[in-house]
Amino acid sequence: MRLIVPLRGVIQGRGGLFVGSLIPCCLFYFLQLYLKRRRPPPSDPTELPRTSSRTNLFSRGNSIGRVRVSSRAVPVAKPSDSPYYIGLERVKTDPYDRIKNTDGIIQLGLAESTLCFDLLQRWMSENLMESMMQSDDGEFNISSIAMYKPFEGLLELRVAFADFMSRIMGGNVSFDPSNMVITAGGTPAIEVLAFCLADHGNAFLIPTPYYPGFDRDIKFRTGVELIPVHCRSSDNFTVTVSALEQALNQARKRGSKVSGILFSNPSNPVGNILPRETLQDILRFAQEKNIHVISDEIFAGSVYGDKEFVSMAEIAGLGEVDKSRVHIIYGLSKDLSIPGFRAGVIYSFHEDVVNAAKKLMRFSSVPVPVQRILISLLSDVRFIEEYMTAHRQRIRDKHIRFVEGLKQLGIPCAESGGGLYCWVDMSSLLTSYSEKGELDLFEKLLTVAKINATPGTACYCIEPGWFRCCFTALADEDIPVIMERIRQLRESSRS
Amino acid sequence: MTRTEPNRSRSSNSDSEKNSGNGGGGRTTAMRVIVPLQGVVQGRGGLFLGSVIPCAFFYFLQFYLKRNRKNDESDNSGEQNSSASSSSSPNSGLPDPTRSQSAGHLTELTGLPRSLSRILLSPRNSGGAVSVSGRVNCVLKGGDSSPYYVGQKRVEEDPYDELGNPDGVIQLGLSQNIKLSFDDWVLENAKEAISDGLSISGIASYEPSDGLLELKMAVAGFMSEATKNSVSFDPSQLVLTSGASSAIEILSFCLADSGNAFLVPTPCSPGYDGDVKWRTGVDIIHVPCRSADNFNMSMVVLDRAFYQAKKRGVRIRGIIISNPSNPMGSLLSRENLYALLDFARERNIHIISNEIFAGSVHGEEGEFVSMAEIVDTEENIDRERVHIVYDLSKDLSFPGLRSAAIYSFNESVLSASRKLTTLSPVSSPTQHLLISAISNPKNVQRLVKTNRQRLQSIYMELVKGLKELGIECTKSNGGFYCWADMRGLISSYSEKGEIELWNKLLNIGKINVIPGSCCHCIEPGWFRICFSNLSERDVPVVMNRIRKVCQTCKSQN
Repeated sequence: MRLIVPLRGVIQGRGGLFVGSLIPCCLFYFLQLYLKRRRPPPSDPTELPRTSSRTNLFSRGNSIGRVRVSSRAVPVAKPSDSPYYIGLERVKTDPYDRIKNTDGIIQLGLAESTLCFDLLQRWMSENLMESMMQSDDGEFNISSIAMYKPFEGLLELRVAFADFMSRIMGGNVSFDPSNMVITAGGTPAIEVLAFCLADHGNAFLIPTPYYPGFDRDIKFRTGVELIPVHCRSSDNFTVTVSALEQALNQARKRGSKVSGILFSNPSNPVGNILPRETLQDILRFAQEKNIHVISDEIFAGSVYGDKEFVSMAEIAGLGEVDKSRVHIIYGLSKDLSIPGFRAGVIYSFHEDVVNAAKKLMRFSSVPVPVQRILISLLSDVRFIEEYMTAHRQRIRDKHIRFVEGLKQLGIPCAESGGGLYCWVDMSSLLTSYSEKGELDLFEKLLTVAKINATPGTACYCIEPGWFRCCFTALADEDIPVIMERIRQLRESSRS
Repeated sequence: MTRTEPNRSRSSNSDSEKNSGNGGGGRTTAMRVIVPLQGVVQGRGGLFLGSVIPCAFFYFLQFYLKRNRKNDESDNSGEQNSSASSSSSPNSGLPDPTRSQSAGHLTELTGLPRSLSRILLSPRNSGGAVSVSGRVNCVLKGGDSSPYYVGQKRVEEDPYDELGNPDGVIQLGLSQNIKLSFDDWVLENAKEAISDGLSISGIASYEPSDGLLELKMAVAGFMSEATKNSVSFDPSQLVLTSGASSAIEILSFCLADSGNAFLVPTPCSPGYDGDVKWRTGVDIIHVPCRSADNFNMSMVVLDRAFYQAKKRGVRIRGIIISNPSNPMGSLLSRENLYALLDFARERNIHIISNEIFAGSVHGEEGEFVSMAEIVDTEENIDRERVHIVYDLSKDLSFPGLRSAAIYSFNESVLSASRKLTTLSPVSSPTQHLLISAISNPKNVQRLVKTNRQRLQSIYMELVKGLKELGIECTKSNGGFYCWADMRGLISSYSEKGEIELWNKLLNIGKINVIPGSCCHCIEPGWFRICFSNLSERDVPVVMNRIRKVCQTCKSQN
């Protein structure tokens, strides 16, 4: 009644203006106050922001709470619940060894290749010392490797990288070293791009199934969301523009701003190669929606099928659209099988992105000694040619063996033409056609059959029963062991 | 500001009463507003208009404030909004970063739920230039014009070489330590280390990105050696990162949320701005120290800064100190460190102790005390707030190796940092190189000793030379710098005067030093001179050049 009484006065014409304006003002003021108070904890509502005042009341020493870490570090510190990381951790505790630990877990979860280590070994033993100590006048000079150098990478390295990339991509496209920033691996490259292209709370569209590591690389620190665009086995998991369009519209309806599309080509985990038309469609779509395109081409040199690999750089170079929206990630971890070197590259047509990335490389640059080795490695054209031929041939052979083995068990794989893995349809082994059934099978594979394969759930695949199996770290004699283990698992579950 | 609103409406009320008393005509624009008010006063439509008008005022005020805030924040969806009108996007990008530096404390607002309505309403804007994220603007534009980068660039373009380019710019700005440690012995050793350390099976495959256990043990041993074995470091509390910058960035991310802040006593390292602010959105609150106190920080000033920040609603999550300090080279005493720990305990904040020069303590007097030693005897609850950053490349004279370590007592920080190192990893060849370089304690001892002796002799030489020119330096006991007082040479006692002198040093004297303003020193006229990269022969050259600048300064005065 207290509120209404003055209002009545207003209606009756007494003190109309003053009270009539004061009341809404007050209401507004309190609304403001309310909104303002609700604002401060933007990232994590579970943590109350105002604790310092409380601790100040206490005398020193006793009963002060433990010092807190930031709320955004809490989820990072927690052990991951993604089957991808669980599997990797489990292998570490009990790794398979042909002689010493024949009962150990066989690693099919990590995309690394040991197929061409003999070639690398030979090169390194011949050239390692010289490459590292080389200086311009040919004399041993330690300051050439110890000094601070430009963070974005030595120009020589960028030139060598550009040549190498264009070589493995079939020579149809040339890369400009000035658009290139050398990073300490593909992981920092993706994070830096995410930071540069999207603000906290923005999102990237990403066709599923996708590489489970993206979650960490992108979400951990940049606060950029990933919006899955579901692809289906009926299209062999190739993304379509209508699916992109639908996902974009839904995202916008929910109020999140989409800054770009991220995809890998050859795709990880499926291993299929995006056809030229699809790439064109994606780029046109991005142009129409004014968003970025990030193409992760880290497996570009590990193509073994008949299909031709087309780089997004080639499509962008056609001049049909504004190419400043195209950014490419590449690295040597997979194609040259040197993940320990942590060498990656951001190739962007956007000047600002290149400049910002250069500056951000103070956080993840490649050490100069490593750069020196890479320069000689990448500029040794004869070795690179020999290596790439062997690399492709050996993956092809291994792929045929592995897929053949699965086929004999009646387990089909998706059609693939690149990458160090295949995408296996184990839905016939599922007890129930659901995510739970898939995770059960993952657990059984891990504990009973002792195989660590990455389940589709970890890759956000909507169809249950798919697993990513990396076969390039296997020896030929390991394949029958794996097949036997899967066969036994199937039989034990049937009986 | 909300309070003034009723007043304003009241005054407009009285205005309108006056007007209505005059029975004035409604021909001017002001009258358009007043006419309905008149109606209100006369009792017609009282409630409705009387509330709608102030509401409208409020709405526009809100609107105005909101738009201003967006710009300050320099970014976020505002950027995309502006790209809706494509042609204006580069223009709107420009003013942001200049403002954003001064208004860095507004970054706390980045988490605001932003209205996206405008983007949603905008039609498909094909053909527009695609915009980068708003937050990258401060990285792009940040610091390019600062003397730190300008100087670096000049040296790159025209570097001094005793024989090849005797007229070039001498680098006294970059903290590397090449000439010092590379005598024949180190060279031989490095060669051996490289050939021992590298074999393909070791360097090519995936390895833990936070460092091999073997390396961690070697690093722990090296750190103990650098602190003269007064404290032993636990390898399991180490996380290796690619360089001290990323170590500090990772710690900032783990200890503070976007919009929180760290206290940093100044003068401080010029690198913190990029390390802390760029990607983590954490702010820095500088706590000025003065020459009168010999640039020692006082707890009173820290306290005041803490409360001022709190009053402004900024949450302080920690304090970053460097010990030996960068740029002064002074060492924090045991009492200072205890006082600091007390301060952190009372305020319940973290301490990041930047000890990247721990192995480069060259002074005779004063003893370097690591924060690790101070908390060694404390309870867990206090140890958890202490985090130490340690740089291997600095003490090993190997900046090109880019490897640093976080040493923390806090389990959550450690496990988060371990995962984050995949984003700034130390490559395997580097790890193996380091292992073979520092796992032999004899080598380490000799390296640390040689390094100290050389730093000491070159420091003495330089300080003596400067003294002859009438330039005093603060007493330095560690690190690669001396902190020179050139207040006598600046034409006006202001930042402008300092930059003028810096320009003269760069253009006339052809030496690149770092002006105090880059280190956020509040007193003008101080310069950071990095001597670690000089050979003894270079010192007279530097002195001659400074003398030349002194003379031009004096002749102008």
